[in-house]
Amino acid sequence: MAAELVDPRALPPPPSGAHPVRIAGRYGLLVVAAVVVAFPIYVAVAVSIQPSDRLLRFPAVLIPGDLRLDTFERAFTQARLGRYLVNSAVVSLVITAGQLVTSILAAYAFAYLRFPAKRVLFVAFIATLMVPSEVTIVANYETVQRLGWLDSYQGLTVPFLATAFGTFLLRQSFLQVPRDLRDAAALDGYGHWGFLAGVAVPLARPMIAALGVFSFLLSWNQYLWPLLITNDDAYRTVQIGLKALASTNIDQLNVIMAGTVIAALPIFALLVLFQRQLIRGLTSGAVKG
Amino acid sequence: MVGPDEGDVAVAVSPRREWPLALLMLAPSIAVFVVFVFYPLGRTVWLGLYEVDPFGNRYWAGLGQYAEVLSSPAFRGSLWTTVVFTLITVPAGLVAGLALAVLAHRRLRGIAVFRTLFASTVATSVAVASLMWLTMLNPSTGVVNQVLKALGQDPINFLGHPSWALPAVALATVWLHLGFTFIVMSAGLQSVPDELLESARIDGAGPWMRFWHVTVPMLSPTILFALVVLTISAFQSFGQIDLLTQGGPLGHTNVVVYSVFRNVSSNPGVASVQALALFVIVLGLTLVQFRYLERRVFYGS
Repeated sequence: MAAELVDPRALPPPPSGAHPVRIAGRYGLLVVAAVVVAFPIYVAVAVSIQPSDRLLRFPAVLIPGDLRLDTFERAFTQARLGRYLVNSAVVSLVITAGQLVTSILAAYAFAYLRFPAKRVLFVAFIATLMVPSEVTIVANYETVQRLGWLDSYQGLTVPFLATAFGTFLLRQSFLQVPRDLRDAAALDGYGHWGFLAGVAVPLARPMIAALGVFSFLLSWNQYLWPLLITNDDAYRTVQIGLKALASTNIDQLNVIMAGTVIAALPIFALLVLFQRQLIRGLTSGAVKG
Repeated sequence: MVGPDEGDVAVAVSPRREWPLALLMLAPSIAVFVVFVFYPLGRTVWLGLYEVDPFGNRYWAGLGQYAEVLSSPAFRGSLWTTVVFTLITVPAGLVAGLALAVLAHRRLRGIAVFRTLFASTVATSVAVASLMWLTMLNPSTGVVNQVLKALGQDPINFLGHPSWALPAVALATVWLHLGFTFIVMSAGLQSVPDELLESARIDGAGPWMRFWHVTVPMLSPTILFALVVLTISAFQSFGQIDLLTQGGPLGHTNVVVYSVFRNVSSNPGVASVQALALFVIVLGLTLVQFRYLERRVFYGS
C-alpha cells in the first residue's frame, strides 16, 4: 500500500478543463471538513492558553486573547506531569526497544532457520493476535500482583516485550531479501549473526523503523493496563496522569487542556518527523484504543 | 499469507543443526507469549469457575457461574450497550473516513495541509481525545453548550443525560478513530488505477456512478479491513468510557470492557466470564465478517 500521505504527486490531477466553480466547491467542502475535524484540537489549544474567566465568554473564547502560559506551569505543579512524562518515555522506549529485539530475532528464525515444529510455532505466534488484551487482563493482573510488579516499570513493560504483529511484518521483509545475497553472504563466510546484523537488518530497515514508530505510538497511548496496575503517582504514565489532573482540577479546564496538549505533543512530533514510517505501520494493520 | 516453510532456503553456512540457534532466537518471544497470553487465557477460563466473596475467599462455583453471569441482566445490559455503541460508531466512522479520503483525493494546491489535518486525530490518544471532548461538552463552560446558549437553547448535560451520554461518547470515538480511517482509506484510494476511472468517465459514467461502480468495488478490501479493525476496537472501547462517563448515567454507557475492569480485582470470577464472552463474540464476529464479506470483496487486479 502507498506509504505516502501528503505527497500530492501520488494523487490524480483535477480533470482537464474542470470548471473553476467545481474546484472552488471542492475547496469549500475541504475547508468545512477541516474545520469540523480540527475543531476539538483548536478548542483544546485555545482553552489551554487563556485565563479561566475568559472561558465563559462566547465567542471570545474561540478567538484567544489575554494569552497566558502559566496554565502549562500549573499543569506541572498541580499534578506531577513531569514525572508522568518521564514514566511514559521510559515505558515506551523500553517496550519499543524490547519489541524490536524480540521480533527481529524471532522473525530471523522463522525466515532463515530450519527447526522442528516451525509451522506450529508460527501459527501459535499468529494466534496471539486473536487474543485481545481485554481478555487476559484478569489473569495478568493476578500474575503481576503475585510477582510484586504492581506499581513498577516491570509490570508496565514486560507483558508487552514481544509482538506477533512485528514478528510477522519483519519475517515478510526478511523473506524479500534476494536469494543471491544470502548465497553470497554464505560464501563470504558470514555466520547467521553476521548475516543478521550485516545484511538482513540493514535491508529491512524501513520496516523496522515503521515498526519502531508504531510500537512507540501504541505504548505511549496505552490506557487500560497502566490504569489497572498503577496506584502510585510515581509510576503513573502520562495518559493516566491526565485522568488524575482532570479529576483534581475539574473547574480549571485551561489547566486540564494544557496538560492534555503536553501529553499529545510527543506523538504529534512523531507524526511530523516520521510520517512515512507511521503511515506504513498503520496501513499494514493496526488498532488503537 | 506465505507459509513459513518458504523461508527455509537457509544461509547454510555450515550443515550444523540449526534448532539450538532457533530456540535461542525464539525464546524471548515465546516466554512473553506463554506467560502473558497463553497461560492467562487458560487461567481466565479457570478463574471463571470460582466465586470470590467480599473477604477475598475463593469458592468453587463451577460452570454455574458462567450460566449465571451470562444470563444476568447486568451482563445482558452491558452487552446490549456495547452492540449499540458499535452499531453507531462503526458505520459512522467508515462513512466519515471514506468521505474525507475521497474529498482529499485530488492534486490541488494546499491539499497536503488538508490531508495532514484529516490525519491529525491519529496523534491523539484515547485519554487526550476524551479530555478534549470532556472540555467541549462541559455542561457550563463547554463550547458546545455555549453555542447552544447563543442560539437561545437550554444547555444540555450531554455526558450526564441517559439518552445523550452514549451518542456523545460515540461521537468522541468516531473522531478519535477518524485519522486512522482516513489514512487507511486514502492509501486504498491511491491504489485505484486512474485509468479505470478515466475510461468509466469516457464511457459517460457520472461521478456518482464512478464512485459506486468503480471506486467502491476496487476499495472493498480496504473497507473490509477498516470494518474489521473498527468493529474490534469498538467492542474493546474503554478509555473514553472511563474518562467521560464512568459507565453512567445509570449504566447507560457501561460497556463490557468497563464492567470487566470494575470487577478485575474485586470479583475476578465474574470479570473472567465477561471477558471470555467478549473474546468469543469478537472472534466470531471477525470470522463472520471475513467469511461473508470476503465473497463480496473484489481482489482482482
